Amino acid sequence: MVSDFAAVAVFLVLGAGFVLFNFLLAKLIRPSAPTPIKLSTYECGESPVGSAWIQFNVRFYLFALIFVIFDVEVVFLFPWAIVYRSLGLFALVEMLIFLAILIFGLFYAWRKGFLRWY
Amino acid sequence: MTALIPQSILELDKLVRTIADAIAAVLQGIGLGPAWVTLIQLSIACLVVIAFAAVVVLFLVWWERKISAHIQMRLGPMRVGWHGALQTIADAVKLLQKEDITPTNVDRPIYFWAPILTFVAAVAVYVTIPFGKGLIVSDLNIGILYILSITTFTVIGLLMAGWSSNNKYALLGGFRSAAQVISYEVPMALAIMGVVMFTQTLSMVEIVNQQQSFTHWYIWRQPIGFVVYMIAATAECNRTPFDLPEADSELVAGFVTEYSGMKFAMFFLAEFLNLFSISAIATTLFFGGWQGPFLPSWMWFMIKTLIGVFVLMWVRWTYPRLRVDQLMGFAWRFLLPAAFVNLILTGLLIAVFL
Repeated sequence: MVSDFAAVAVFLVLGAGFVLFNFLLAKLIRPSAPTPIKLSTYECGESPVGSAWIQFNVRFYLFALIFVIFDVEVVFLFPWAIVYRSLGLFALVEMLIFLAILIFGLFYAWRKGFLRWY
Repeated sequence: MTALIPQSILELDKLVRTIADAIAAVLQGIGLGPAWVTLIQLSIACLVVIAFAAVVVLFLVWWERKISAHIQMRLGPMRVGWHGALQTIADAVKLLQKEDITPTNVDRPIYFWAPILTFVAAVAVYVTIPFGKGLIVSDLNIGILYILSITTFTVIGLLMAGWSSNNKYALLGGFRSAAQVISYEVPMALAIMGVVMFTQTLSMVEIVNQQQSFTHWYIWRQPIGFVVYMIAATAECNRTPFDLPEADSELVAGFVTEYSGMKFAMFFLAEFLNLFSISAIATTLFFGGWQGPFLPSWMWFMIKTLIGVFVLMWVRWTYPRLRVDQLMGFAWRFLLPAAFVNLILTGLLIAVFL
């Protein structure tokens, strides 16, 4: 049980190690001849206008918010999905109520225009 | 020894088991504790999987270029090796010796760690993918849920890359990919849930074991779920027709605009690892994984997975790119309701017939 997740830890560490090893290998081989022009931000060959760290469109935030709601619901549904067949009709009715609330939320967001990008 | 080789190719799991036991015996011989033995075994398994994945990626990149070329009535790479088979290796060597340009305006620590995080998220999926009978690094009991959660880390990597580059194209690419990946995450999880309702388990090995024969494949019970999964997964790994984060014609290269050399190569590697893993997950969930007659199990797994990859490439080089509003609208107003309908239908079917 513990060693099951030890595999995950090993993959995370060695995966990062593999990338760092490649970076190191490349560092030993590659040339390094920076110039101020080469190190400037790419903007189609023009001098970059201002910083890119600016205010961004609020619609990204709205989608993130809707995502958080639905993703939590998905996590709640997974345990239910596993034991569904052993619970029978009770689980079906309960799931239908739960999904009805979810779908009502989706419908509300839809009618409010949150799901429109333009 | 030569007589052993064909037999061990047929029964790769036994070979792996023998090697693992031999390593364990050697390590115990020099007096290491069981925890250390397990750790070293896992490390070797991990390195083997990473090496295997790297070889698969080299092959897939070449394949993608040849398929795209032939779909467009071109020849594609022809010079290096047989029909350009060694082209990818030449490209990798080229990328290795390319100058690594880090622009002065970037947020350095985030810029540095973004490719690492993206790659680690892509490779960590392979912990629990059953490559064949007994060929799995670790059969986690939360298998498919673990895969769903670990792939989400990719979006953080892409967002880090986009934000830290301090480049307008990269920023737009990063935001678009974040919006896209999280939008398609929900229908994908719901589509997988349809299968989980039948399997009653999240373990990948158990899911494969339940699909003994052709008729037990879950695609026959979950056709809608399969279509939703494939569409959502294509969007998850940012491939055409959903490749808006790196839409070449409008965003230069999206979130990788400022990356060069090995850092770029790592993003590229992660992208193809994701391509292979979504196809492997589809194989495991819907097409019976490594189950199949005559051929050894790992060969069946590779055949099914590579056919899946081929279909994804076929789609990529056949359809044009969507607009952003179409993309988001499709996820929330079509795919998500479709996934809900599939879930309710599955629930009703199980309640009535099983």
